[in-house]
Amino acid sequence: MQIIEIKGLRKSFKGRKGKGRPEVVEAVKGIDLNVEKGEIFGFLGPNGAGKSTTLRILATLLAPDGGSATIAGLDVGSDPKKVRKLIGYVSQAGGTDPDSSGRENLLLQAALYGLDSASAHRRTEELIDALALSEFVDRFAKHYSGGQKRKLDIAVGMVNRPEILFLDEPTTGLDPLSRSQLWAQIRALRKMGTTVFLTTHSMEEADALCDRIAIMDKGRIVAMGSPAELKSAIQGDILSLTVNHVDDAPAIAMKTLQGHELVREITSDGGNLKLVVTHGGEALPVILRALEGTGVGIANVALSRPSLDDVFLRATGHSLKDDAVVASTVSAAPSASHKE
Amino acid sequence: MKFFKDLGSIFVRNVKGSLRNPVWLFVGFFQPILYLLLFAPLLKNLSVVPGFPQGGAYTVFTPGLLVMLALFGSAYAGFTLVDHIRQGFLERLLVTPASRLAILLGYLLRDVVTLLIQSLIVVLIALPLGLKVSPTGLLVTFGFMILTAVLTATCSYSLAMVLKREDSMASVINIVTTPLLLLSGITLPLTLAPTIIKSIASVNPFAYEVTATRSLFLGNFSDSAIPIALVFLGVLVVLSFWWATRSFRKAAA
Repeated sequence: MQIIEIKGLRKSFKGRKGKGRPEVVEAVKGIDLNVEKGEIFGFLGPNGAGKSTTLRILATLLAPDGGSATIAGLDVGSDPKKVRKLIGYVSQAGGTDPDSSGRENLLLQAALYGLDSASAHRRTEELIDALALSEFVDRFAKHYSGGQKRKLDIAVGMVNRPEILFLDEPTTGLDPLSRSQLWAQIRALRKMGTTVFLTTHSMEEADALCDRIAIMDKGRIVAMGSPAELKSAIQGDILSLTVNHVDDAPAIAMKTLQGHELVREITSDGGNLKLVVTHGGEALPVILRALEGTGVGIANVALSRPSLDDVFLRATGHSLKDDAVVASTVSAAPSASHKE
Repeated sequence: MKFFKDLGSIFVRNVKGSLRNPVWLFVGFFQPILYLLLFAPLLKNLSVVPGFPQGGAYTVFTPGLLVMLALFGSAYAGFTLVDHIRQGFLERLLVTPASRLAILLGYLLRDVVTLLIQSLIVVLIALPLGLKVSPTGLLVTFGFMILTAVLTATCSYSLAMVLKREDSMASVINIVTTPLLLLSGITLPLTLAPTIIKSIASVNPFAYEVTATRSLFLGNFSDSAIPIALVFLGVLVVLSFWWATRSFRKAAA
């Protein structure tokens, strides 16, 4: 069953660049997607890709400029009040009140969802148990650690037993332990039948946690599917070679391997070469043999399955890792510094 | 009813928030009390000057002070909201089924209650110093105070949602409130002012309010400034609510 259906959704903002003239920023440029009931769906993309904007439209906080979005058949634009009863939303900032205790935060939320005092207390106790908040729930939220605060944020988002829970970058800024605890809790939510829709700019997170992901870049969805599907679309293995950076070794290696019958794609970043090959095991000895006699020294060889970053790179032409620079691709001209 | 329950929940949370950061409550009415103790005595010798309103220094000065308290104290109410926007707390309230108006009124009610308590303290301090006040007049004055607080706090909340920063808010509030204060005859009566200032002040709703509350303190209910101030403030309150609901709708953007 489709719990979320989005068709041609668009949203622009009037922005101002520096002191200059006003300009229109298209944050979401017409996206289509469906989310199945009970799955963990992830938006993967860099900052400014339009992930949060889409999430806020779904959470009835923003009105779309065009297209439609429905949750359980209810239009988020025309039926916001009914939609609000079905959803939980945890923003990037979290939303807990620092001047109240965790328990007060939960009781306030319960009251706003219309629970009477007895049910509010019961629900609060359930959430304290489920998310293991008891140790700190009666302290003021302003004294919480990052991980404790995130747990409370999510508990607050769960008060109304939402059909669907929106989490905007739930693990950004958390230490690895808190992050893996949070992953376990998000998986537990799925087990209880809650649909989870989250955003992340961590490929590792999207890969480990999400049943399906949509890769978003510059306001558009550029690829969508399960992590395994997306990676298998690359069809093949990634062969990474590190060549000794002496003289023209990287350039010679590129020249030798470009157009090689087993190499489908090749990218290089200094002395690091990334090759897409159909069968890693077969290709490895052949490639090494091809480089023999060219005088290129090899420092390291690694064979891996394609990662989501490889998927991202292929779909957008740039890497999701900010520091990774793709120096040249198979279609680009050979390095300009190449001396003959 | 759900609406009033929501309003109450937000109000209770905000009162707790204020009590847990009490410094703001004192900052708000520290200034009026200083004026009462250090400035009002200067007016004693002035009260014989022709043009000075009747009733003695404290009876003339205290009503103005209350209007000042309502104007200045509530003008900074939006600071709380800026913090709540930053924490994501406002968004969290907005995704619940609670009515937007109930949320706004929950914030405003805290400001009104705070103001009434502060005003009562100012009046209680002024009484032994020589303030004479008609009890009915004082009650009606408190009605005016509520209107003023609702007006300025609502504008302050709208400003918070537009600017989302305390520093730029503080500049705007200063630029707007200082001339309003100087042109309302709070410190010295406008009856002493040159014609040019009087005519500028004649479009200042707070000038009418100060005149009106002075008459109310004396028990003079037939002063035409009373209905003029009431209509002026009433219209402004409606406009401020229109502005607030508009910016509330856009707040998430």
